[in-house]
Amino acid sequence: MTSTRPGRLVDQFELGLDAPICLTWELTYACNLSCVHCLSSSGRRDPRELSTEQCKAVIDELEAMQVFYVNIGGGEPTVRADFWELVDYATQHHVGVKFSTNGVRIDEAAAARLAASDYVDVQISLDGATAEVNDAVRGGGSFAMAIRALENLSAAGFRDAKISVVMTRHNVGQLDDFKALADTYGATLRITRLRPSGRGADVWDELHPTAAQQRDLYDWLVAHGDGVLTGDSFFHLSAYGEALPGLNLCGAGRVVCLIDPVGDVYACPFAIHEQFLAGNILRDQGFASVWRDSELFTQLRAPQTGGACAKCGHFDSCRGGCMAAKFFTGLPLDGPDPECVRGYGESALAQQREIPKPAVDHSRSLPLTPITRRPKRACDVNPVRELL
Amino acid sequence: MSATPPFDLDAGWRLHPQVALRPEPFGALLYHFGTRKLSFLKDRTVVGLVRALPAHPNARAALQAAGLDDTGRYATALATLAASQMLVRAS
Repeated sequence: MTSTRPGRLVDQFELGLDAPICLTWELTYACNLSCVHCLSSSGRRDPRELSTEQCKAVIDELEAMQVFYVNIGGGEPTVRADFWELVDYATQHHVGVKFSTNGVRIDEAAAARLAASDYVDVQISLDGATAEVNDAVRGGGSFAMAIRALENLSAAGFRDAKISVVMTRHNVGQLDDFKALADTYGATLRITRLRPSGRGADVWDELHPTAAQQRDLYDWLVAHGDGVLTGDSFFHLSAYGEALPGLNLCGAGRVVCLIDPVGDVYACPFAIHEQFLAGNILRDQGFASVWRDSELFTQLRAPQTGGACAKCGHFDSCRGGCMAAKFFTGLPLDGPDPECVRGYGESALAQQREIPKPAVDHSRSLPLTPITRRPKRACDVNPVRELL
Repeated sequence: MSATPPFDLDAGWRLHPQVALRPEPFGALLYHFGTRKLSFLKDRTVVGLVRALPAHPNARAALQAAGLDDTGRYATALATLAASQMLVRAS
């Protein structure tokens, strides 16, 4: 994002807008992968997921509110049978689409279709510049799948796809390699912060970048920031000194939000928990009414005090950091970010804290890998006899 | 930000056909569907000016009609919009 003029626009945004600037919409909890850090604990489809008609009604509302674009994700959104129908419906109704995918359905035909549209942007998720680093987080074969999608897009003439990377302890050292990879496919690199949300809560301790790596990341962003997207993910690093490009504020419930596959509206994509649930588009008379009138969003738009951080000389640049990162590491919301660059987060993490239990979990309880071993013996009785 | 070329006040200008403008209490949001860039107009006078541009043969006339004497200041704002392809010359 660019601002035509610098200034205190941030103050306006913190009080909220009549409609989000953009929003994340997760179309399904179903996913062919089971990444260890999945923000939405995806895996299995939820039987209550919005129907095609309900999704189209959401798009109609977004058009009326002049929401310029939606970030569609999941789960793996392209596995929905009506995915392309919804993308076409959105773009026909002046709602641009950026969608995130692991690449599973980006074959030659899909790539050609995408190349023909001016209003659809594609983000391919990749969490390692090598198969070894990537597949350890995203699962066996996922690197090859993402690269195939990038090749197909590039061959079809799709310009400027995004390679979307979650920064971990194992890939901060690969930043230059990611940039080179993006250049190879005429793509743009987008890097975001590992959040302790969803299944990310279970791996955050081992995977989040070390303090030294955070510094490297910041220096790299200051040097390459103009050509790299971050989704404003690293505003907590601004306390190192120079502000990073972007708005540098927490937009939760103020300029962004999340619609989940069953129509629940959360303050941000990293906060799928009842504490950040603003309402439901089916129960609460549509998305616009949740956005404008929900109690939670009204609260978030009230002037914030900054709590324990207000006394810190860096509060103006980092604004206390990420609400979701604090919540899911069991830190108080009005205290420092767990990755506070002044080190206040580390001492807070060392104290006794209670990590909240995930409220929504669609992880698969059974592995998807087919069983190849032959059974040891035949069944004595038909195992489904009672069902027949 | 890189140096912005000076704005041609004697040309006719309009919003790029792929740009949408959403009014806000502080001014407006602009979104360019082609470049996928977002910009902010931080003041309502600029919003009024941008909207009035197509009705005038050139930007100078639009400024005069709006009673804006501080030509330099507004030319700078318009130059920034032109540099990011939010504004294009009217053909």
